[in-house]
Amino acid sequence: MKKLINTPESVLEDALAGVAAAHPELAVDIPNRVITRAARPAGPKVALISGGGSGHEPLHGGFVGPGMLDAACPGEVFTSPVPDQMLAAAKAVENGAGVVFVVKNYTGDVMNFELAAELAAEEGLEVRTVLVNDDVAVEDSTWTAGRRGTGATVLVEKTAGALAERGAPLDEVAALGERVNAASRSFAIALTAATVPAAGKPGFDLPEDEIEVGVGIHGEPGRRREKLRPARDLAAEVVDTILTDHHLTPGDEVIALLNGLGATPLLELYVVYGEVAARLAERGITVARSLVGNYVTSLDMAGFSLTLTKADTQLLELWDAPVDTPALKRA
Amino acid sequence: MPDTPRFDGPLAESWIRAIAAAVEKEQPRLTELDSAIGDGDHGSNLQRGFTAALTALDALGPADPGAVLTKTGTTLISKVGGASGPLYGKAFRAIGAALPGPAAPATLAEALSAGLDAVRLLGKAEPGDKTIVDAWTPAVTAFRTAAATGATLPEAATAAADAAEQGARDTTPLQARKGRASYLGERSIGHQDPGATSTALIFRTLAETLTT
Repeated sequence: MKKLINTPESVLEDALAGVAAAHPELAVDIPNRVITRAARPAGPKVALISGGGSGHEPLHGGFVGPGMLDAACPGEVFTSPVPDQMLAAAKAVENGAGVVFVVKNYTGDVMNFELAAELAAEEGLEVRTVLVNDDVAVEDSTWTAGRRGTGATVLVEKTAGALAERGAPLDEVAALGERVNAASRSFAIALTAATVPAAGKPGFDLPEDEIEVGVGIHGEPGRRREKLRPARDLAAEVVDTILTDHHLTPGDEVIALLNGLGATPLLELYVVYGEVAARLAERGITVARSLVGNYVTSLDMAGFSLTLTKADTQLLELWDAPVDTPALKRA
Repeated sequence: MPDTPRFDGPLAESWIRAIAAAVEKEQPRLTELDSAIGDGDHGSNLQRGFTAALTALDALGPADPGAVLTKTGTTLISKVGGASGPLYGKAFRAIGAALPGPAAPATLAEALSAGLDAVRLLGKAEPGDKTIVDAWTPAVTAFRTAAATGATLPEAATAAADAAEQGARDTTPLQARKGRASYLGERSIGHQDPGATSTALIFRTLAETLTT
């Protein structure tokens, strides 16, 4: 598998050097692997910090900036960051109003953020953790590690970031993040597997005419394998799967995120989104806001995920609030 | 029994150095196992962690077994990430905390048991969930049983290694209930757990270190 890299071992540091060169509005601490805003917020403000394995760009570093995150901690490819990173980030950006960790629900992420929260508490920092677990492909039971955090992370970081920017207190920002997560569901389909640079070959083999249904964002296989079908059928299945789980009723409003997994052309994403919008209309669901593009990727995996967040006045207003990050901008 | 060798600082350091070598040697196998039901990085993550631990131990210099293993655990937490970093990091820190000085077999058995407790507290896994716990639990039982019947360190550690390897093999028919493999549901059946496999490697390495 061809990759635009120098060496597999240096991918993360080389990419961070690129982020630093491309974005003077960010401060990139390459040794500590922490991305923060170059200009710190003026007054006391809840600091929003996220992190996770690399390979999901623009998540999370691309969402650092006014109106969204204060800091991001990128781990090795598909490997959660270490507690030292989150502690360094928390100490760098905390300015008197406490810290919220936004954590995607994966075993490693949860453990490393938990240890980081312990260390931060020992240093006198007040930390709240918002766990994102929106992937309906995983049955949330004692038989699994629980639902995975995927597309809803963008909505949590955007809305909680907007609320924090307005000076809302720590518990309110954390509660909003939890509310947005609870209002969100996602489901993904892959046409190809992702190739981790260090592995050099795809995470699973997929015949030319088959797809993986219910995949996550770490190159692991999905729930089942099926024959490829027209986008209309796939979009309808994804919408129906989410609606079955989500208990949305006709007349409800949603924010829809149609997300590319890394190697899907925007042309195809829009084909899928058109079908998603049509299906939602058939089911009586109103799309109040939509976002189409690559936001939570899985390296070079082809495919898409759909996230539907039940909207209300407060969420829409926070979604519409100004944001200025590398990957999401709104005046 | 003053003539019975004890688990001291130099032995603890030899153990960690041997784990680093074993992880490097076995990396292809760990990668293969983890590719089947995870994302294929278990071997490289452990190698990164134990390589860093060697550097940390060089800086530490001669120390009691507790300090060696605590330093190892702290380094794993700082360098590995994923689930294996915190789990093995907490485990080695707990083992270290239970070994203030050179240890007889019974003391080392309790220290290894404390390591298991740390893994279970953080990972919330039960035996049968297809995790590290499935190799570590029988290893502690075997070590403790051997120590209670007067076994030497090499004998107890060899019994523990045998039990850990059996425990790792026994994960093959299990359906994963924790970690990334659990997302696969029934598709995780038929594959040996990479975490249980690396735990077996850690116990086999302990036996070899104490035997040579």
